[in-house]
Amino acid sequence: MSAPYLSVDRERCIGAGMCAMTAPGMFDQDPDDGLVLLLHAQPPTALRAAAQMAVGVCPSGAITLHEPEPGGLGAEPQRRATGDEDPGGV
Amino acid sequence: MSESVHTVTTLPTERPSGCPFDPPAQLLDARRHGPISRFTHPGGKPGWMITGYDMVRSVLADPRFSSRKDLMNVVDFEIPPAPPGEFLLMDEPEHSRYRKPLVGKFTVRRMRMLTERIEQITADCLDAMEKAGPPTDLVTAFAKPIPTIVICEILGVPYADRASFQEQIDTFMGGEVSDEELIAAYTATQEYLAQLVAAKRAHPTDDVLSELTDSDLTDEELKGISLILLAAGFDTTANMLSLGTFALLQNPDQLAALRADPALTDGAVEELLRYLSVAKTFHRTALEDVELGGRTVKAGTTVVLSYHTANRDPDRFTDPHTLDVRRQAAGHLAFSHGIHQCLGQQLARVEMRVAFRALIDRFPTLRLAVPAEEVVLRPETADIFGVKSLPVTWDKK
Repeated sequence: MSAPYLSVDRERCIGAGMCAMTAPGMFDQDPDDGLVLLLHAQPPTALRAAAQMAVGVCPSGAITLHEPEPGGLGAEPQRRATGDEDPGGV
Repeated sequence: MSESVHTVTTLPTERPSGCPFDPPAQLLDARRHGPISRFTHPGGKPGWMITGYDMVRSVLADPRFSSRKDLMNVVDFEIPPAPPGEFLLMDEPEHSRYRKPLVGKFTVRRMRMLTERIEQITADCLDAMEKAGPPTDLVTAFAKPIPTIVICEILGVPYADRASFQEQIDTFMGGEVSDEELIAAYTATQEYLAQLVAAKRAHPTDDVLSELTDSDLTDEELKGISLILLAAGFDTTANMLSLGTFALLQNPDQLAALRADPALTDGAVEELLRYLSVAKTFHRTALEDVELGGRTVKAGTTVVLSYHTANRDPDRFTDPHTLDVRRQAAGHLAFSHGIHQCLGQQLARVEMRVAFRALIDRFPTLRLAVPAEEVVLRPETADIFGVKSLPVTWDKK
């Protein structure tokens, strides 16, 4: 069974630190270049909402949360990381 | 038949009377008509005003819109390109060349490590306020000195130079002075920064500017970077601290909630950022024809993005004109979005979290010393909104 997993694109990352601030258990910043470090590719259930929020607040669309397809065949990105996703939650 | 397009005829210059924290009525009205309105830039050129949250956010993430200063199509004469180092007004790849060496110096962790030092700087300001006794102007006693000292320490401005340096930057940012005085202060600041860069290169000390001399950036570029760090890092935070205090004092229930529960501090800072959006507007210029909400923004046209109005968009934030320190304000656009999102935002957060907390803890009876309508606001034409002064008082212990 496949679980949702995260990937990061350090080429797109601008080091704003929004992920490390929003989901500190999941992301950090490299102390040298300030760019994203993915600490856990598979967010534990308790951190899934925070991970989703981090995807939404990333200014450069550098984080993608891949949700498994309902059929279970591979995991396709549920949200395209274009940086214009609204983090939602009012 | 095309639907009529709402028009914002000119840049609004006034906030609604009695609502100093709200965007001008014309912009709120424009947003009610839709996220994009026709607009004429103050220089006479036609453009667009974008006021809807989703549309502002998507333009900021869209590489078809440029930040280049020299492409800005707002006046009849040509605008020169941004000087070396001023990467806020550049596109890729120039932007990244400047931003990349800085990113590691402004991380969440590194900025949090400054907490203790910022607490000390804040405590010194509060001690001085307490010693002098009420009333006082919160802008000069608190809101300006804290971010000034912090940015001086980050740039490594020697202690002996701080007073004169602060006076210069005070004059060229937000000071109401003649053009000659403004140019003189700006030139003096530039000259000072050039000397500072040379000094750091010759004798590096423990600060960000010295670290940056160990990169491929030239002295001229480092001067430009220093200027942008100063410009972006000082006036913004100073105005958030003063206007934010004013907003809290005008919302006593929110102030009481925040005072009673320190755990609300971080969220309150995000909400104040959303609610006040002191960096009100930014520009982008279309590099090609772009369809936005059924309108065509022609290549070469400059759009104004109203961050403040977007942060009050009821489609995004429930009850947007209410200051609610318990609100989930994440996703606000106060630090922008896209590749230009504020480099120093984690520093600004630490400064605000520390300073607001310490202020309200130190002075439980803090209140305005004048009626609210007598608090003098900055003109709406200023780049950064705020108050000119904030007379406050408190009961002595």
